[in-house]
Amino acid sequence: MEATLTGFLQGMLGSKWELVSPVWPLAWVLIKIVAILAPLMLGVAYLTLAERKVIGWMHVRLGPNRVGPYGLLQPIADGIKLLFKEVIAPSRASKGLYFVGAILSVVPALAAWAVIPFAEGWVLANIDAGVLFLLALSSISVYSIIIAGWASNSKYAFLGAMRSAAQMVSYEIAMGFALVCVLMISGSLNLTEIVVAQNKGLFAGMGLKFLSWNWLPLLPMFLVFLISGVAETNRSPFDVVEGESEIVAGHMVEYSGMTFAQFFIGEYTAMVLVSAMTSIFFLGGWLSPVALLPDGFVWFALKTSFILFLFLWARATFPRYRYDQIMRLGWKVFVPLCIAWVLVVGIWMLSPLNIWK
Amino acid sequence: MATIKQFFLIELLKGLTLTGRYLFSRKATIQYPDERTPQSNRFRGLHALRRYPSQEHFPSPPAPLPEGARGANSGYATNGMEERCIACKLCEAICPATAITIESAEREDGSRRTTRYDIDYNKCIYCGFCEEACPVDAIVETRVLEYHGETREELIYTKQMLHAVGDEHEAQIATDREQDANIGEP
Repeated sequence: MEATLTGFLQGMLGSKWELVSPVWPLAWVLIKIVAILAPLMLGVAYLTLAERKVIGWMHVRLGPNRVGPYGLLQPIADGIKLLFKEVIAPSRASKGLYFVGAILSVVPALAAWAVIPFAEGWVLANIDAGVLFLLALSSISVYSIIIAGWASNSKYAFLGAMRSAAQMVSYEIAMGFALVCVLMISGSLNLTEIVVAQNKGLFAGMGLKFLSWNWLPLLPMFLVFLISGVAETNRSPFDVVEGESEIVAGHMVEYSGMTFAQFFIGEYTAMVLVSAMTSIFFLGGWLSPVALLPDGFVWFALKTSFILFLFLWARATFPRYRYDQIMRLGWKVFVPLCIAWVLVVGIWMLSPLNIWK
Repeated sequence: MATIKQFFLIELLKGLTLTGRYLFSRKATIQYPDERTPQSNRFRGLHALRRYPSQEHFPSPPAPLPEGARGANSGYATNGMEERCIACKLCEAICPATAITIESAEREDGSRRTTRYDIDYNKCIYCGFCEEACPVDAIVETRVLEYHGETREELIYTKQMLHAVGDEHEAQIATDREQDANIGEP
């Protein structure tokens, strides 16, 4: 695609191509970034609507339906409202860090999309350490919450920040161990190769490709990753960080207008990211479930949407975990379970029953 | 057993099934300005002061009033119908929120009438005791529920305002009371 476009531009500009060619690789990357981020932002906006609709339906309500047909313009109305609201910084807040915290909530969630393969070859940066890159960036998102909570100079914000610091760190370990199992069986840290590795196996040979994806042999790890993903993004039922009934909005309590919206965009982008990661690591990314149908981006989008729906479903169903229960689940259940499963998978791979050769 | 149940997320899946079922159930929302819930004929909304439907209710109609006697609080509407209220002040006495204020005087024709009848909606709790206490069905609560005031002063309804409500909704008020009186009759 790049070659076609380059050729087209060369033809168009003729001799002037010499002037453009030095900046062309950069421009091409920028075009790709826009091509990823623009639909992503739209998706995030409509995820907020989907969330309100789905939760409304589960509450036997209708959900937003006043702005535009079926409420479809609601996210735009919300965006405009937040855009026009005043951005207030508390007088006792540490101004610089206060805004850095808001910005930092979006940056890692967006940057992580650089390594996500949307389909065969549809990836901005096909790096070999893709999994490490994702884990590193999801660690950075903890800083946004801690900085925001600290810089706000407010008790509630500080409590929220302290809670998140402990919670996100604990669940990152479980998440990392769950991924270790995936790495062991696919033998690569490159996300594209992880997806491709799920395309072979006994069931894939029979045409039932969806039974060869990692979710089945690694079912416990799939669940651990999914639940850790919910905890990692501070979503209900692990939303003690915001805990609106306990500490108002946690680290976001002092923010207003677009700075507040930044946290929301960050949270929802992280949600989409974790869903995309789950579909890549465990649900075969862009691979189609049966051999009859062609592979493609559609499957990746469908799988990601399904995981996102699970996020919303869980939010409408479960009450919030108590703080000590979160810690117990993370350290006493998930971490031992993951370590045990790493050993199980290791022995499985060395045994004659190894299915990943 | 409990551990196994917990480990396989049995309870959590049960919860998810329940909310999953409700996702497809019929929605209970009533989209208020467009749709409304049914209203009882005993609905207790805004108050109204009523008038008799015609002068026939008086065995001896009052003598015509001298010119200038039809003041703001005289109780006579432009259609000349007599007000029901006889200023007995039972409603004022029973009102648990002391929202009703009445002043009375003798009218030119010798009948006892209110010169002031205020209901303070900052205080009113819509209990309906005033309506029950009234011996002549003068003060009633209507089905009107959409009204507001932007200051406290606006929420103090005078006799004139209450009569205006009554004059506007008299047909509905009368049918509602008729229905209520006929409950249980074939």
